[in-house]
Amino acid sequence: MARAKHGPGKEISSILATDCGSTTTKAILIEKRDGVYRLIVRGEAPTTVEKPFEDVTAGARNAIREIEELTGRKLLGDDGVLTPQKGDTGVDIFLSTSSAGGGLQMMVAGVVKTMTAESAERAALGAGAIVMDAIAVNDGRKPHQKIERIRNLRPDMILLSGGVDGGTKKHVVEIAELIAAAEPKPRLGIGFKLPIIFAGNKDAVPHIEETLGEKMDLRVVPNLRPVLEKEVLGPAREEIHNLFMEHVMAQAPGYDKLMKWTPVPIMPTPAAVGSLVEAVGKENDITVIGVDIGGATTDVFSYFKETFNRTVSANLGMSYSICNVLLEAGLDRIKRWLPFKVDDADLRNRIRNKMIRPTTIPQTLEELLIEQAISREALAMAFEHHKTLATGLKGIHRGGTMDRFVDQAHVGAESLIDMKDLGLLIGSGGVLSHAPRRIQAALMLIDGFQPEAVTPLAVDSIFMMPQLGVLATVHPQASAQVFDRDCLIRLGTVVAPLGPAPSGREGPVEVVRVKVTLPDGQTLEESAAYGEMKRIPVPEGAKVRLRVEPSRGYDVGAGPGHRVEREVDGGVCGIILDCRGRPLVLPENDAERSAKLLEWFRALDVYPQEPLAGLVES
Amino acid sequence: MAHAYTPGLKVTDNIVLRKERRLPILGEVRVGLGDTVRPDTVVAETELPGDPQTLNAANVLGLLPMEVPRHMLKKEGDKVTAGEVIGRASTLFGLIKRQLKAPCDGTIERISEVSGQVTLREPPVPLQITAYIHGTIVEVLPREGVVIETEGAFIQGIFGVGGETFGTIRFRAAGPDKPLTAADIDDSCKDGIVVGGSLMTGEAIAKAAKVGVRALVAGGIIDTDLVKYLGYDIGVAITGQEDVPTTLIVTEGFGPMRMADKTFELLKSLDGCEASVTGATQIRAGVMRPEIIVSGYRAKKKRKAEASSSGLVPGTPIRLIREPYFGLLGEVVELPPELVVIETEAKVRILKARLQSGEIVTVPRANVEILES
Repeated sequence: MARAKHGPGKEISSILATDCGSTTTKAILIEKRDGVYRLIVRGEAPTTVEKPFEDVTAGARNAIREIEELTGRKLLGDDGVLTPQKGDTGVDIFLSTSSAGGGLQMMVAGVVKTMTAESAERAALGAGAIVMDAIAVNDGRKPHQKIERIRNLRPDMILLSGGVDGGTKKHVVEIAELIAAAEPKPRLGIGFKLPIIFAGNKDAVPHIEETLGEKMDLRVVPNLRPVLEKEVLGPAREEIHNLFMEHVMAQAPGYDKLMKWTPVPIMPTPAAVGSLVEAVGKENDITVIGVDIGGATTDVFSYFKETFNRTVSANLGMSYSICNVLLEAGLDRIKRWLPFKVDDADLRNRIRNKMIRPTTIPQTLEELLIEQAISREALAMAFEHHKTLATGLKGIHRGGTMDRFVDQAHVGAESLIDMKDLGLLIGSGGVLSHAPRRIQAALMLIDGFQPEAVTPLAVDSIFMMPQLGVLATVHPQASAQVFDRDCLIRLGTVVAPLGPAPSGREGPVEVVRVKVTLPDGQTLEESAAYGEMKRIPVPEGAKVRLRVEPSRGYDVGAGPGHRVEREVDGGVCGIILDCRGRPLVLPENDAERSAKLLEWFRALDVYPQEPLAGLVES
Repeated sequence: MAHAYTPGLKVTDNIVLRKERRLPILGEVRVGLGDTVRPDTVVAETELPGDPQTLNAANVLGLLPMEVPRHMLKKEGDKVTAGEVIGRASTLFGLIKRQLKAPCDGTIERISEVSGQVTLREPPVPLQITAYIHGTIVEVLPREGVVIETEGAFIQGIFGVGGETFGTIRFRAAGPDKPLTAADIDDSCKDGIVVGGSLMTGEAIAKAAKVGVRALVAGGIIDTDLVKYLGYDIGVAITGQEDVPTTLIVTEGFGPMRMADKTFELLKSLDGCEASVTGATQIRAGVMRPEIIVSGYRAKKKRKAEASSSGLVPGTPIRLIREPYFGLLGEVVELPPELVVIETEAKVRILKARLQSGEIVTVPRANVEILES
């Protein structure tokens, strides 16, 4: 694609990429220098999809103009980004992702909630959508309630699935009839027919065409559950991307112009991040969890057992949706992370004020701790949500007709997520990327996800994963090099032994001993007791040999009492020993909990000591 | 970013505003270019398709789905009335007779031989869009709506709940730092837009709803009072659709908040004027804030030129919008270009501001908003 534009043999040596987010448009310039692709500079500007500008390219131009100013290089012409590069002007390729204007919003429908409806949900999420609702025959709602719900939603498109090929048609046609009766309207473009993708029983296609063909913009793709034992999400995802470009992007203000700037389709931001996470897992042959905690939503991506999954918790975020974190977690769960007392009413008002003034930042240490406490809860809830969907296929061990499956919604499946086998945990989003001390980001990730055994941690330095995700579709090598060298900040490795909590009568119980061999042969040794946290400094960029010896009955990944030895990367936080147990339980007594939090903060040097002590005393 | 600050809220005694009024689906526009409209003038209307009812005909009649069509007494497109028999079947040599009755008036939209369902569409529901403000039609969007222009005073709040309404402004504030209590609201406030000072107390909100006040405006609101009024907690900052008797607009934030002097003085001068207001708030890109519009208002005396909204410069009047100075007003004294380490240890762009008390404080630029004129 992109290479063809520059003619055969012309290598891409400069890349400009933007991510048009809901609030900010971020641009990055990448160049090949000394044979390696590196990030050169970045620029950002407010997104201009909404009034008074209503033209996404205005914000993109402003962000790119910052790059022009910083590099002294001309990149913009009257018709967009100048390509290919000629001398010191322009770049070889321009790419973009977008989540502006609410991103891609979809409704999905299927016959059985935990089977075809869930597969449809996975397909939509993997394509970068926010799933507004999943309708199913057995979702517990009455037909009129489903119709009312469908009518009230104004999605960008619908994905309808149901039935295995050659199986019963009745149920999927029933759902199609509900949709037809509801006559849902698209979010954008008054008077346009709402696109609907059918990815169900191929024998039902004529009936689906008869039911929906006139009222909606119907597209038919291969069944995403052709047989119960198999899930084929690719064709549905591809059609979602086509429709995203054709319909959603074409209706969004200014995107017709932006699409002309780039030879590569504009990707939904979460789809781009997801493709990058998947690529990291595949290329390094490791399991990965990625999280992007934003102002409105928290996306979780995972790659386990060669399966990529993405979920979006649409109402868990750090600004626009911060009150929903309060609502879902409750005040007590947020307060449990604070070592100081805070008045309930005051805390609630503060959280509300962050919601209505979302771009403000904590100025005081107290405010910083409150925001980071909220983020722990948001991360934990988003991850719980993810685990419910990142599973193997449900219900497949029972034979029978589709009618029987409708009654078998309870048939479960194992989660694909195995925290003892996690190869990399990557955090992204303002509260993690902009934490004043990197150890704060590390601890938020640890408390939110509770990694087990030995787990490397990283953060996205300036949130450029979206741009690198779309770049990976045209130039995987450039994407990988920049990701490795400029995007990822290696925080270090957390060692979290699993095992029973001691009774407490016998005093401190040692649970792990660690030996680190540095590249120069020097060794560092440390041990930790149950309930303790410790930090072993290991320089960033160094590969070290890590030997972890758990005490009897404690597991660090090789079984109770078995030693683990492996090479790990150093990082800005070094090696963190987390012997607090899993699941992590904080003391219920306020004074004890405060003392424990302070002990851990001190051990890891998470916050400036003196001001923190002042806060606790006041 | 070159402009790393929060855009301010508009508070002005004179502005030309344009409001787009659109139908959710295509319909008919009822006014023409140049027409003068009032808040309650219907500018466009349409008919929303009636609610559909799905009837499981196969089950009710004891038939296979494929047998349903030939046992229906009505065909697709036929009009039916509530209680009318629309399908009939008999089994066991006529011993068991079954009927399918229409649960409501409507039209048979679909009879499915695959699912055995019958879809009955209720009569359409008319939907009208009103002008919401006084003004003149300056653009007609065929079959979709209109654009209305008006000139007058305009005040944006920071957060609100409840939809559009209009009424006469009843200024009841004893001072910008004085709360609005239940005692400040009496029967004369009925159908009015009542303005208080620093806080709308929970009792004042309850009294306003009881008296029939159309909207309340004050500097702040206590979070728990809002939850009590709504009957539920708001999770996401998208409001305007709440089913509440009185629209609420806060100008500063949550908690007791001294109302900005400029807002306070302007609202005071608008006492007795008719205003259009909405509590609709959507805090994302393209921020939608609650608003108070007084069409046709002309300031009695000319104001001196105020700082433009082109950016932060020394002298720009600002509001501090984050702890530890939340809600305080001041003006920019200095804008150091370099990044500065603040208490959290974050390195950020800051400014120095002189508060109304005379104290000079350092704050991140992200934590101020310009007091727009």
